[in-house]
Amino acid sequence: MAETRAPTRVLPIASGVPPAIAGGGSAGPRATDAAASPSGGPSLGATLVPIVGLALLAVVPFVAGEYLQDLVVKIVILAIFALSLELLAGTTGLVSLGHAAFLGIGAYTAVLAAPKTGAGSVVVLLLLSMASAAVYALFVGALSLRTRGVYFIMVTLAFAQMAYFIFHDTKIGGGSDGIYLNVKPVVDGLLDLKDRNAFYGFALGALAATYGLLAVLLRSRFGHALAGIRVNEQRMRAAGFRTYGYKLAAFVLAGALAGLAGFLIAVRDGFVNPEMLAWQESGTVLLMLILGGLGHLRGAVLGAIVFTLLKELYASEGLVGPLLAGHWQLTLGLTIIAFVATMPKGLIGLPAQLRRKPRAVEIADDE
Amino acid sequence: MDLTTFLIQCLNAVQYGLLLFLLASGLTLIFGIMGVINLAHGSFYMLGAYLAFSLAPLFGQQFLVMLMCGALLSFVFGYLLEWAFFSYLYQRDHLQQVLMTYALILVFEELRSLLVGNDVHGVQAPAWLTGTIPLGERMTYPTYRLFASAACIVIAVGLYFVVNRTRLGMMVRAGASNRDMVRGLGIDITRLYRIVFAAGVALAALAGMIAAPLSSVYPGMGGSVLIICFVVVVIGGIGSITGALIASLMVGFVDTFGKVFFAELSGIGIYLLMAIILIWRPEGLAKRGA
Repeated sequence: MAETRAPTRVLPIASGVPPAIAGGGSAGPRATDAAASPSGGPSLGATLVPIVGLALLAVVPFVAGEYLQDLVVKIVILAIFALSLELLAGTTGLVSLGHAAFLGIGAYTAVLAAPKTGAGSVVVLLLLSMASAAVYALFVGALSLRTRGVYFIMVTLAFAQMAYFIFHDTKIGGGSDGIYLNVKPVVDGLLDLKDRNAFYGFALGALAATYGLLAVLLRSRFGHALAGIRVNEQRMRAAGFRTYGYKLAAFVLAGALAGLAGFLIAVRDGFVNPEMLAWQESGTVLLMLILGGLGHLRGAVLGAIVFTLLKELYASEGLVGPLLAGHWQLTLGLTIIAFVATMPKGLIGLPAQLRRKPRAVEIADDE
Repeated sequence: MDLTTFLIQCLNAVQYGLLLFLLASGLTLIFGIMGVINLAHGSFYMLGAYLAFSLAPLFGQQFLVMLMCGALLSFVFGYLLEWAFFSYLYQRDHLQQVLMTYALILVFEELRSLLVGNDVHGVQAPAWLTGTIPLGERMTYPTYRLFASAACIVIAVGLYFVVNRTRLGMMVRAGASNRDMVRGLGIDITRLYRIVFAAGVALAALAGMIAAPLSSVYPGMGGSVLIICFVVVVIGGIGSITGALIASLMVGFVDTFGKVFFAELSGIGIYLLMAIILIWRPEGLAKRGA
């Protein structure tokens, strides 16, 4: 809780406006990556960690086996998905429980728009995937941003469920069986996503681009406006910002980035089914964010890594034995409970929590 | 569709709606008073169904006694659960509680799998409820469905009485409309939270026990009902029991008749209903002009 006491650029109004008015259940201001360093520029750690991480991941195909490579790809795609939601939930304070709809629509578009015979173009399909997810996000966002807080969570869920049932119950995308992507897309002469290493590099590039885009965005005027909306929307409106437009722009961008993750999943698996749009998927990605720590880009990536690795670890018979592996949800559930009980700020807040332990306890007693 | 079929569908809709109300009333109280988005509510429904499965052979024809015992057991369970997992989370961000309840779903599912296994079970309704009641000239209606509706109505009336006519109910209503003020007035909010949570668990378990003979008892049954419960709570307006009643009946009718008329797209119906209502009235039915 120590961070919330630190002076921030946007102070809550002393009277009248409840501090949690920014909605989404996110009470009080939180430091984002962008606001973490006093000078306004990125701190050394915030720049170095992602770059070093990326460099390490880039050498994986040369040193690791196929299993590890597939695992990394899985994490990379989930990290893009988590980052797209982070822009909404962590930065703007708009917690959506329907984000998987955009993932699914992106994936279905990649399959449905691909030519029946021969390979489609990566550029065309990727843009179509992101555009269709963005269009649905524009529609959903325009309507659901009228509500706030828990009601917003539920309206986004409602629209995602509608999309789920449309793919599940009609013949557009093969119904509940899903649909296959026959030939993986290519960039003529340059890139064939059928190739394992090529796809690995492409996914990694997509993650780097997403992370970079969001990092730049958070430092821009637009990003600061979004953070202001999270902290106190009423005040932003009083300061002359048309907050609805900002929120809608964030929603559409988040939808498009989720569409990018969906495109990658469709190409990786060569197959999509309606379960990609199910609410459990939206729930899982939200959990990754909370686990990692809301309000930090690194937290989203960390959450995706830890969640996927834990799941993989607990479900692997070789490491934990057949009895435990058969009941991996139990160990995963108990681990999450332990995380929640001991880490109020998520994994990303752990170092600060350890450093400031005495003071944090003191403040908790005050409340 | 002739009149008798229509009537039967109406009865089905009401019965489904009332069952949803039992579930949703607990959820809306936990939601409105404690501010906890309880994803594990479906698990308590599953708990009730499995309670009915394991208690039914012990009680034989004493179905009502079994319901009461089951409700009592689940109340105690809920009381302990709140103490063990939620009591220290109220100062935190709400999303932390969401994460906790999600973890509890995983744990409950696995415990169920370890204790009872993954088979689909049926629960036999007691002999005095297994018959059918003639309706019109050719149609009949199962007695147990009528019993289920009646039981839900009795519980709903009891709930109405407790909430509107007792001191505890007054605290509950006050807590739903302004939590901080209740705390400010010196009411033991910790105890109130614990009782509300336990009551919510007991109501969900009751719904599960009543539903067990109607549907089979199967793994994952909590997940499918959870989202529909949230739909009901949000349509009704968070924290409002009356709102939950109206919303659950609406959802019951939309779902039942959606399946009759638009079998192809019946899944969309209730979500469309929710989206329309929330866009028309962003805080649910119960909060006028808010």
